Amino acid sequence: MDHFALWLAAFFTLGIYSFLYKDNPWYKLCEAIFVGISAGYWVVTLFWDNFHGKFWVHKFEDWWLWIGAALGVLMLMRLFPKIGWISRWALAFIVGATSGLWMMNYFSSNIMRQVQDAVLPLFGTGFEASFGAILANIVVAVGTIAGLVYFFFSKEHKGVFGGTARVGILFLMVTFGASFGYTVMGRMSLLIGRIDFLFSDWLGLIR
Amino acid sequence: MSTRTKEILVVAIVAALFLIFYLRKVFGAPPVLFPGTVSILVVSVIGLSLLWILIRTLAGRYVERRVVFLYVGIAVTLPLFMTLSQKVSVAPEVQGVFSSFEKLSAGSKVLVSFDYDPPSAPELQPMAEACLYYCFEHDLKVIIMGLWPQGPMQANLALQKVLNDERISQKNLQYGVDYVNLGFQAGNEFVIQRMGSEFRSMFPADFRGTPYEEIPLVTNIRNFSNIDYSFNIGSGYPGTREWVQIAVDRYGLKLGAGNTAVQTTEMYPYLRAGQLAGIVGGMSGAAEFEFLTKWIGNATKFMLAQSVAHMIVISFVIIGNVAFFVGRRTRERKS
Amino acid sequence: MRRAVPLVITTIVGATFVIRYFIPHYPFNRLNDWFSDWFAIVAACAIVLGALNLMRISIQKVVRGKPAWGYSLVTIVAFLLITIVGLAAGREYRGPDTAFSWLYNNTYSPLSSSMFAILAFFVASASYRAFRARNLEATLLLLAAFFVMLGRVPVGYVLSSFMPDGYRLTDLAVWIMNVPNTAGQRAIMIGIALGIVSTSVRVIVGIERTYLGGD
Repeated sequence: MDHFALWLAAFFTLGIYSFLYKDNPWYKLCEAIFVGISAGYWVVTLFWDNFHGKFWVHKFEDWWLWIGAALGVLMLMRLFPKIGWISRWALAFIVGATSGLWMMNYFSSNIMRQVQDAVLPLFGTGFEASFGAILANIVVAVGTIAGLVYFFFSKEHKGVFGGTARVGILFLMVTFGASFGYTVMGRMSLLIGRIDFLFSDWLGLIR
Repeated sequence: MSTRTKEILVVAIVAALFLIFYLRKVFGAPPVLFPGTVSILVVSVIGLSLLWILIRTLAGRYVERRVVFLYVGIAVTLPLFMTLSQKVSVAPEVQGVFSSFEKLSAGSKVLVSFDYDPPSAPELQPMAEACLYYCFEHDLKVIIMGLWPQGPMQANLALQKVLNDERISQKNLQYGVDYVNLGFQAGNEFVIQRMGSEFRSMFPADFRGTPYEEIPLVTNIRNFSNIDYSFNIGSGYPGTREWVQIAVDRYGLKLGAGNTAVQTTEMYPYLRAGQLAGIVGGMSGAAEFEFLTKWIGNATKFMLAQSVAHMIVISFVIIGNVAFFVGRRTRERKS
Repeated sequence: MRRAVPLVITTIVGATFVIRYFIPHYPFNRLNDWFSDWFAIVAACAIVLGALNLMRISIQKVVRGKPAWGYSLVTIVAFLLITIVGLAAGREYRGPDTAFSWLYNNTYSPLSSSMFAILAFFVASASYRAFRARNLEATLLLLAAFFVMLGRVPVGYVLSSFMPDGYRLTDLAVWIMNVPNTAGQRAIMIGIALGIVSTSVRVIVGIERTYLGGD
């Protein structure tokens, strides 16, 4: 069975990579299997980990969960065109909850905490910071402000304002360059993982 | 010979080669390892062939994309046969995660959140294994959960590997006492939100179906205030950002992050603001973390291939730009 | 009714989460807990809805004999196979020796991993063909990418090992990530957060209604 499993996994891996040559039925077959298996995996996991755990293990203690179940059933009504409109109630719940939570989370963590960290003494409270730390503090402060100025499109980018926005663009270019570098690293890592499977687990050519 | 016939012939030859290699493995042949001189020779040949590509590109004949694909494949594959060793230099952000683990005493409760799926496994699985190995070796109690449905499965694979390591298998660790896998819950950041008041409401049973109250390790764990440290291994949404926004900023949880390289760059503001204890980023971060925890994993093994792959991409960018600038200068001279 | 009730639901639920932030006591903490529990259930049902919709579309393609219906049949068979295997296995469906685990390790895992790993080839090809240092901004981007790519792998240490400690490529890569990258990411983060906050306010007070769709 192990032999069959290895060859099956290799069949799927090479089928996906056959797309690099050109689109072909082998790739399309693998893609179709992937779509079906993914959807089925989600359904099974949700059933056992979510529904079974909530509605079978503690059936009556957590009675309020049944209201959530009713909302969930409303969501599933989207499958039926005639009464599909009622799924908007469940969708409205999702949108409202997400909006409420995100509003406070993003305001607190991504605005307040970040601004708090940006508005700090550049040289340390008692001039105790090292040269490297002072330089870093100045660069981060200038870069953050300049980047925010660039994103302010209500005023024309001219004069001092425009110059600051230009500095902001340069900082953003460094950010995107770092992101590109890490993206290359990430994608290559994934490929190395698959190559390792093919040449180590499957063909035994690599230790 | 028509193109179709050539394609079928190539596929048949490659399939036959794969069968031969597979049978070689089945009959117990050892893996192939290039000695040092051969490794250097291979790297030199790759370098010379890049020179050939540069000359072609300068002549205005860009190589076909399939040749580029072949180069990437070779650049990633051949280093895996090589025996060149490399020094791992530890970044301060990775050290930050490890230092947080070092401060924990035996019996401390560590919440490890597996928020990734198989595509991210080459980067994240090594750091997950290193984390579990360190925790088990230092008698830290591990509570595993996942916001992604594949997370608990990846956790099981990591547990299998670490528990079979001879240094850990001697400890006879018990499920439910030394570690537990609570499984997956849908709901993204709302799961974290709810865990802030009560773990049990989101995880009424573990992934085996054992009711929460019957698991000795978590009986006395009500919410985040009972957790000493958390390590989030994530690759997207939901992931580290949501853990920082809710568990750290609202409930004061101490958190370290392990992220894919793609996501790592976005987490640095949280690190600087002190919301994260540290970040283990990408496969290089995983290799550094393996070095610190003394876990012998895949990330260190793959770093040579990673290095060569980066050199190849940089080379292609330089070749493309050299050709661009030379061509522009030629056009300017002509006009 | 079809639009009024959803708007009221959105406002009540959204406002509860906001108020709970400031008044974490009864009844808002209880409502917050209930809504979080319901969200987990509704989100799970939304995912199941997606899966069932996929099956509905696939079955329609097969029954109507649309082009490439064979692949839709394969999708349906794959879905049914893993669903039946997983549901029949019971609570320990994820155990190491179960059929579900076998399917996960030998079909789902290689397929999903390969799908994402294939991007490595396209990144390299795009870099060769399109990445040009035409101006200062593009040059800065390229240089940052080069230093980070070299500095985060051991070859960067080897190439700059003659430099004193603290001035090597590895140190430069760490500095780029911790300083200019942090500055740029912070600016982007604050900008996005401001957008999210304003959109959330619009949704909660009922100005933004596009999520309800048409009648």
